[in-house]
Amino acid sequence: MPRRFSIPFTSSTPPALNDKPSANRPASSRGNRVLSYFVTPKKQETQSAAAALQAASEKPQSFSSSISPAALPLPTISLSTARADSANMDEPPTTLFQPPSPAEIRRLQKQHAQFGPLVSPSHRHVSRHMGGESIDPVEDTPPYFWVVTTYISYLILLAVGHICDALARRFDKKNFSQLMVHNGYAPLTDSSEAFYTRRLKMRLNDCFNRPTTGVPGRFITLLDRTSDDGNYTFQYTGTKTETLNVSSYNYLGFAQSEGPCADHVEEVVRKNGITVASSRSMGGQTELHIEVEDQVAKFVGKQSATVFSMGFATNSGVFPALVGKGCLLISDELNHASIRMGSRWSGATIKMFKHNDMKDLEKLLRENISQGQPRTHRPWKKILVVVEGLFSMEGTMCNLPGLVDLKNRYKFNLFVDEAHSIGAIGPRGRGVCDYFGIDPAEVDILMGTLTKSFGANGGYIAADKNIIDALRLTHASFIYGESPSPLLLSQIHASLRLINGELMPGQGEERLQRLAFNSRYLRLGLKRLGYIVYGHDDSPIIPIMLYNPAKMPAFSREMLKRKISVVVVGYPATPLISSRARLCISAAHNKDDLDRILAACDEVGNAMQIKFSSGIAGGAPPLPAGVTPEMERKWKEKGQGWFGDKLDVQPPRWKLEDVIKHGVQDTKITLR
Amino acid sequence: MSVHEVPTWFSDLGTELTLLFQKLPGSSIFLRYIKASYQDDPVRSAVELFLVLFALRYLLASSYSTQKKNNLALTDKEIDELVDEWVPEPLVAPPTVFEEQENDKRPVISGATGPKCKLANGRTVTNLASYNYYNFLSSETLKEKAIQTLRTYGVGPCGPPGFYGTQDVHIKTEADIASHLGTPACIIYAQAFSTISSVIPTFSKRGDIIVADKAVNYSIRKGLQISRSTVRWYEHNDMADLERVLTQVVKEQARKPLTRRFLVTEALFEDIGDIIDLPKIVELKERYKFRLILDETWSYGVLGRTGRGITERQNVDVGSVDMLIGSLAGPLCTAGGFCAAGAVAVEHQRINSPSYTYSAALPAMMATTASETITLLQTNPEVMNQCRENIKSMWAQLDPRSEWMYCTSFIENPMMLLQFKPEVLSARKWNVQEQEAVLQEIVDECLVNGVLVTRRKGMPRSVSAKDFGFECMPSLKICITGGLSKKEIEKAGIIIRHAITKITRSKKS
Repeated sequence: MPRRFSIPFTSSTPPALNDKPSANRPASSRGNRVLSYFVTPKKQETQSAAAALQAASEKPQSFSSSISPAALPLPTISLSTARADSANMDEPPTTLFQPPSPAEIRRLQKQHAQFGPLVSPSHRHVSRHMGGESIDPVEDTPPYFWVVTTYISYLILLAVGHICDALARRFDKKNFSQLMVHNGYAPLTDSSEAFYTRRLKMRLNDCFNRPTTGVPGRFITLLDRTSDDGNYTFQYTGTKTETLNVSSYNYLGFAQSEGPCADHVEEVVRKNGITVASSRSMGGQTELHIEVEDQVAKFVGKQSATVFSMGFATNSGVFPALVGKGCLLISDELNHASIRMGSRWSGATIKMFKHNDMKDLEKLLRENISQGQPRTHRPWKKILVVVEGLFSMEGTMCNLPGLVDLKNRYKFNLFVDEAHSIGAIGPRGRGVCDYFGIDPAEVDILMGTLTKSFGANGGYIAADKNIIDALRLTHASFIYGESPSPLLLSQIHASLRLINGELMPGQGEERLQRLAFNSRYLRLGLKRLGYIVYGHDDSPIIPIMLYNPAKMPAFSREMLKRKISVVVVGYPATPLISSRARLCISAAHNKDDLDRILAACDEVGNAMQIKFSSGIAGGAPPLPAGVTPEMERKWKEKGQGWFGDKLDVQPPRWKLEDVIKHGVQDTKITLR
Repeated sequence: MSVHEVPTWFSDLGTELTLLFQKLPGSSIFLRYIKASYQDDPVRSAVELFLVLFALRYLLASSYSTQKKNNLALTDKEIDELVDEWVPEPLVAPPTVFEEQENDKRPVISGATGPKCKLANGRTVTNLASYNYYNFLSSETLKEKAIQTLRTYGVGPCGPPGFYGTQDVHIKTEADIASHLGTPACIIYAQAFSTISSVIPTFSKRGDIIVADKAVNYSIRKGLQISRSTVRWYEHNDMADLERVLTQVVKEQARKPLTRRFLVTEALFEDIGDIIDLPKIVELKERYKFRLILDETWSYGVLGRTGRGITERQNVDVGSVDMLIGSLAGPLCTAGGFCAAGAVAVEHQRINSPSYTYSAALPAMMATTASETITLLQTNPEVMNQCRENIKSMWAQLDPRSEWMYCTSFIENPMMLLQFKPEVLSARKWNVQEQEAVLQEIVDECLVNGVLVTRRKGMPRSVSAKDFGFECMPSLKICITGGLSKKEIEKAGIIIRHAITKITRSKKS
């Protein structure tokens, strides 16, 4: 087996990409000792830790080629400390290093369950838009067979559901009565409204609301449960399963119960208490709020910012404060429920444009500016265009350059909801503006949540000072909602300082670059295996398309069997046919975890026949020797294949070994 | 092919086509039908032919919008000109002087909030602005509990409850609240304010009927707005009017299909502070077959011997309240809200309530602390005694001793709301804005003398103006805490009373 080394986060920092590994590594820290203990090859007396690092970083190729699906320990969880024990055995007894005590092993085990150690310093990448014209990712479509069977599946499910309902109406009156008028009351949820929930979702209810315990970090511990009445109720078996977590929005891996963030939170809770027990506007404002708001404003690059205790309420309260009657709100059709709710509250006229379709948006803008308000033809007071930075179900980013161009021409106000993108993308983790290299001043309002990348809870809005001042008087959550509590603020404070490199320099950068690498690596790997994957290459949200409704629970359960917890989503959260599984990648994962996911997806994909891709969206075979990507691009423009022959797109169905073998180096170049 | 072969070729084609047609299943029946119908009833055949042609035309026609548009036809050049001409209003209006002051004057607390807290300017003041009724904020045990949770669960749950955000601590807190209240089930939300505005639209849809008190808080009003239901208002706390509205609704709807009917009210009103007559409301709602959605945000943890709220205070069976919404953020000193109801209603919310389904779950630290404070209230109701004593002491200082203001709150409500007396208002002829300005001066005066209180703030009229005709009078908000001794409360009460007198007297209309 290959050797691994671990970098305990609390005590040492990994080297920057271009630096020599030995440059910024303190020689005497405890982390270093542990580190060299794990990496030390047999001739350890003569080798420095730095040299060992060098060796390890040169290894990935041979390392990855030795991995086969069989060798990947799927049902068990591979913790590097567990390997450390076995590695320990072949070392000479004259070791200079004390083996770690059982307590130390447990500590490391816990730490690594929350944040995985980096396998090789080469597993990092900078998240940045590569330039070029095409911003929207290519969307692949499945063969017609699967589309037709999906519709047939739904028809069967609907038919069976209605038959069940008809029988229940006749024979199971006790349970069905609550769906009918009874005792003079209309049913709370009548049989047609709740039909989808009762007859379709109930079948896969075990894949939702899975209760967990502990930190939702690299691993997440599920409480096992069973159901004996078709998922209506669940019984806890009392056992727990630790699974690899590709479901939480823990992008930068700040879900940790130890380390600098947790230490800071503890300190602040001791000093400032748990809450401030007031709304912000009525006595619930502390210095901590002001400090964190300044920090957030600086981080996103705006004059001013304000934070709220709930991300959903941040959105639902902001639109009534900005727009009202006589204003037009143009919203991407796939915007989040909180935006929909807030825009309905605002009383403004709402129009929608096709997801990420700049042409459709421009058409809508031209029509509305020239025609004005319906019937009266008065000009609109304001037009607010609302998009998300990174769409949580699609993994696509908004076309920010396109939006800014349109904004300059049509003078509307632009609102970008960075709920998923803040912290997760951009070379400095500052969201879509950072990613596309656009000045944040071009966007009027930047909203984001603190729930995801920062591991806290709540949301923020950043804008010019006059806008924020106005929001502090008109935002419902500011006036009525509870003020963000000190423990959330301290988590945000510490995690922002980490990302910025003010606290433990290098660690924040490493988290950002690991996330970018992980996202690209897994996305490329899945495409090569033959999956249809939506979204941008750098997006940490990776939706895998499943189509048939029955494949949702099957995929979720199969992955759970392999101890990987995934999220599956279907209608009505997605269009009817495009049921999907969603993987959320974190900086807490390392390449071993990703290989484990790939191996599991390979097996499950073969068994379930979900490798649909046609090859147009990527995953193409490697270029033959002597062909550069530029040459390929030129040929493609001419509509030719590699050597002048006809261009044909092969459906990618790579072998797992090849995917892992080529993964690391291919992740660093433009994905194809 | 020569000319004479053409007819043969045609006849061959004809035979082949006939054969092909005959091979089609059901073709003979079709042919027989056409022949028969043509002979029996040529008009019917003509109508059928017309229908077939119409269907074909309909299928081939291009789709069009059903919405009537009175769009003007404009050329691209004209549109470009209009785009150039269009000047949008600024995103937010410039602030008024009063608004600017409010932003500048908002007090900033340095360090921990408590009965006595230090402000950023270095002064230590008596804090009568927080909902820290039982001084749970200063409890070291609760902090320890929170830190313990931090070391097991981290801070955020990093996901919505449906997607691995439900933690065992949430399940426990839900069970704790349900057993405290005596309801079959309970669901916790991540923010108190967003709870009821999401619960109402989860159950009440277009066509359903909601009867609500005119003085309900902003969150309920937003819930009513987004539900798209038919909303009927009754006069604040007027049971006769409620009965009138209910009878009217029942009469109007008698011939229509039965839809859901809800009665929505608060137990202790956020904007006025007074209490409802729950037994009467329950009687009415049962007589007229309405479901009761009761907002106990300001009464849970306040009323009743063990803080169970109005049901305990007025001896009403909690089962007669269909949905009971409460807050964990107020007196319980954590965060989040909850809805306690029957099992079916709770399960329905887990997938249909927007601010539960689409929002991250409550942080585990908050959930465990809430469990702890609820247990405290249950096992040790004496923690509420000091606060209740202090409320009496404060009343003694302000109402009826103040000649300018009176307290609209229920006598046991630790959130005391003081409004100007009607005679004062009629003498001074102050409108709402002027009252607010005077109240703000009173607040400032209190702060100068070392007491932090606040005026009741609400959505500015510019934002909420359209809602409806009812408006609560501005008021001063004093939140009593058990963390202060009787003497300290009395001292603070004197300061507030003097501030009211001094400022009101100085303002000669």
